[in-house]
Amino acid sequence: MSQYYLMQDAKRCIACRACEVVCKINKGLPKGPKPCEVVVVGPKFISGLPRAFFKFMPCFHCEKPWCIAACPTGAMQKRDDGIVYVDEALCVGCKACMSACPWGVPQWNAEKRKVAKCDYCMDRLDKGLLPACVTICVTKCLYFGKSDEIPSVRRERAARATAYFE
Amino acid sequence: MFPEQPFEGLVFALALALHKWQAVFVIHFCSENVEKRSEGEINMTKTVFSLCFMCTVRCPIKVEVENGQVKWIEGNPHVPGMQGSLCPRGVAAMALVNDPERIQGPMVRTGPRGSGEWKRVSWDEALNLVASKLQEIAKTYGGRSIVWGERTNLATHVNKTFMRLLGSPNHFTHDALCKGSVNTACRSLFGYTDPEIGIDYKNTKHIVLYGRNFFEALEVRPVNFLLQAMEEGAKLTYIDPRVTVTATKAHNYFMIRPGTDLAFNYALMHVIIKEKLYDVKFVERWVKGFQELEAFIQPYTPEWAEKETGIPAARIVALARELSQQKPSVIFHFGYRGASHPNEIYFRRSILMLNALMGSIEAKGGLFFKKGPKEAGGKPARKLTEQDGLPKVTEVRFDKVGTEVFPLPDPNHGVPQMLPFAILNEDPYPIKAAIFNRFDPLLSIPDRSLTERAFEKLDFIVTIDIQWSDTAWHSDVVLPESVFLERTDCVQQANGLKPQMFLRRQAVLPRYDTLPAPIIVKRLADRLGFSRFFPYETMEDLVKWQLEGTGFTLEDFDRKGFVAYTDKEIWWDRENGLKLKTPSSKIEFVSSLLENAGYPSFPPYEPVLPPPEGRYRLMVGRCAQHTHISTQNNLYLNELVPENVIWINRREAERLGINNGDFVEVSSSCGDVCLRAYVTDLIHPEAIFMLHGFGHTARFATRSFGKGAADAVLQENKSDNVGGSPALDDTLVRVRRAYRK
Repeated sequence: MSQYYLMQDAKRCIACRACEVVCKINKGLPKGPKPCEVVVVGPKFISGLPRAFFKFMPCFHCEKPWCIAACPTGAMQKRDDGIVYVDEALCVGCKACMSACPWGVPQWNAEKRKVAKCDYCMDRLDKGLLPACVTICVTKCLYFGKSDEIPSVRRERAARATAYFE
Repeated sequence: MFPEQPFEGLVFALALALHKWQAVFVIHFCSENVEKRSEGEINMTKTVFSLCFMCTVRCPIKVEVENGQVKWIEGNPHVPGMQGSLCPRGVAAMALVNDPERIQGPMVRTGPRGSGEWKRVSWDEALNLVASKLQEIAKTYGGRSIVWGERTNLATHVNKTFMRLLGSPNHFTHDALCKGSVNTACRSLFGYTDPEIGIDYKNTKHIVLYGRNFFEALEVRPVNFLLQAMEEGAKLTYIDPRVTVTATKAHNYFMIRPGTDLAFNYALMHVIIKEKLYDVKFVERWVKGFQELEAFIQPYTPEWAEKETGIPAARIVALARELSQQKPSVIFHFGYRGASHPNEIYFRRSILMLNALMGSIEAKGGLFFKKGPKEAGGKPARKLTEQDGLPKVTEVRFDKVGTEVFPLPDPNHGVPQMLPFAILNEDPYPIKAAIFNRFDPLLSIPDRSLTERAFEKLDFIVTIDIQWSDTAWHSDVVLPESVFLERTDCVQQANGLKPQMFLRRQAVLPRYDTLPAPIIVKRLADRLGFSRFFPYETMEDLVKWQLEGTGFTLEDFDRKGFVAYTDKEIWWDRENGLKLKTPSSKIEFVSSLLENAGYPSFPPYEPVLPPPEGRYRLMVGRCAQHTHISTQNNLYLNELVPENVIWINRREAERLGINNGDFVEVSSSCGDVCLRAYVTDLIHPEAIFMLHGFGHTARFATRSFGKGAADAVLQENKSDNVGGSPALDDTLVRVRRAYRK
């Protein structure tokens, strides 16, 4: 994994798709490619109540990315901080990364005839900003930070969820 | 398989802890980059605080401009509940600015109406033409023969001033189409209109939403405030014949029979009064007509309501008890759109009365009255309509609001769905010209073919809009307005617990040959000899004129995008301080407003009969990705939701031989449309549902042209004559399989 972690609190997500729109605008993408997407599972009735799961799907920036292994030109690359990105100048549009990625992350930009993908908005990160999706998120259900800071947060959550007072 | 494990256990929010974490991260990053930033091209970039206008909510925004281009928009970080957040429509404004499908300059029709034959002309030519036509029509038929219809906006006072000078009483807004009856219901009980009443989402313990699709027809701040309350344990009860995103977040969900919400409320009142679950002290102090309600409500038992609504009596009783435990921090939401049925006003009144029974009026976590500058010892911004010497127009309005036909609807907004009747029947008098400002009657007023016939009778139609609406397409002259990022606008008087003023500021120069609407109106006024009532040349002049005497200046808005009259919340004393504006100074369950106009306060409930075999009640609504009829052609929003489909219950679809995705023909007494079916268990069998806003016919808007279908084609033009709303969900339609669109 990269040194970052983009976490979604699905309970707060309302599937408004502001993240998808801002991502595309920030990357100047045409109709079609969605580097991130909220996939809706449901709604279905669970114990009489309608319930849906809104799953935010960006790139996971794997430790050993299938996409990099598959890329024949070296266009798919990994930065020192672990961000997996595509160097458009080297992309020949072979779509090998799209076939390789188990999560369906690399997207086809039909206008440029090249691949587009989530790079955690590294241009924004390098300017001291958060990824576009995280900044804009209507309900603040997206969180971005260093991966090694996650455990303490999860521990605090778990503690709150199981707290009892004698 | 998708690895769900890493995300398990993260689902339960601890927002506070996480936000702290995020803040630390940002600060860390910022400190590293300060140097780099200050060395950057600082002269070519600027930050502008403004107000979004992708819908009418007016979310405060921060716009980053680089080399004269909008590079980034986010929610104003200084405003609680925004803090960077922006909805998909707000974000998509970045695509609106540079959209070549905007109206690029003034246009004059050269072929038949709707043929799409246009001539691009100069502003002088267009304005001279409009001014001379208006003058000619006013001279021949009187000023009253000219109508102005608009989507309420910050410059409404400018347009009203113009109409008064023309000698016409006929300024109306789209408001009544959306919520005229909510407005009237609020006045009947409190003496205040619905925009004067706020909702304290942040502190609520239980909110009840009647088809108020809170998380899709969304407002950023209320969404965040309610989510915050829910994280602290607040309950959400949602009542809707259709499962929405809001339903998926609810603690109680009721798939009610369409049109029977009033029966549900009467049963709630029955239980609340019978079991004395109400706030006795509050009701005794502030309510007029409680005994009358108590007597009226006797027959409406939960068992009676079960038969009408399909909701088990026990659940209604349980809900009443559950709600009463949290009083007064409970909200029965009085609605955003309130225009569904002919008895709309009585339904909206019942919601408001439930709030009063719970004592949740001027209460933390309930409803409150919005406080204006005067409550904080300040002065509001001036409006052009307040000028001395401006003529008053006392003639009867085209919609007869204020007469015995429509005694109660708010004359500040009118009843727009009466426009086709007024034109076609020349009743109360002939209407010859119409000016529409960002309002699209062809797609908004029910019964499109009726509205089309009325248009044919008009001598002159002018549209002031940012893009090719259907109405622009059928106009004679189109005057293009600059989009909100390209213009400064009139001051927003943001009343609330803390009265404030916000300002929409120009961020970039207009991309095309467009003008702000108040400048267009001023230039028309100059040509008609009304200059003295338009004391400005630029929008900045107008804002400065508005701010005179308030103690604030234009520059005061630079730092955060708004100014505040006070930093403390103003609450009235619930014992003795409610400044109700009804004749009795009480909350009038027995309403003098209604009864003086000859309407009962408590008419007996009229049962809603199930539709005959093969017919369905048409319901319409919104999604998070579109605003009414105005965003369907946006590059990004169009990609997300390019067309509407018709929701139909699985069991009914099977009976009709309709499969998911089939083209179906939907027909009513007014017209028929063809669109794809969405076959689902998520809707009540008596209802079918479609999104509002599709079925555009303006060819220049290529992305939305011909996509989906317009609800206005199917909806019958009928109204709640007491409250003023149209009954948009009261049309019965047939559905059958179509083999080709």
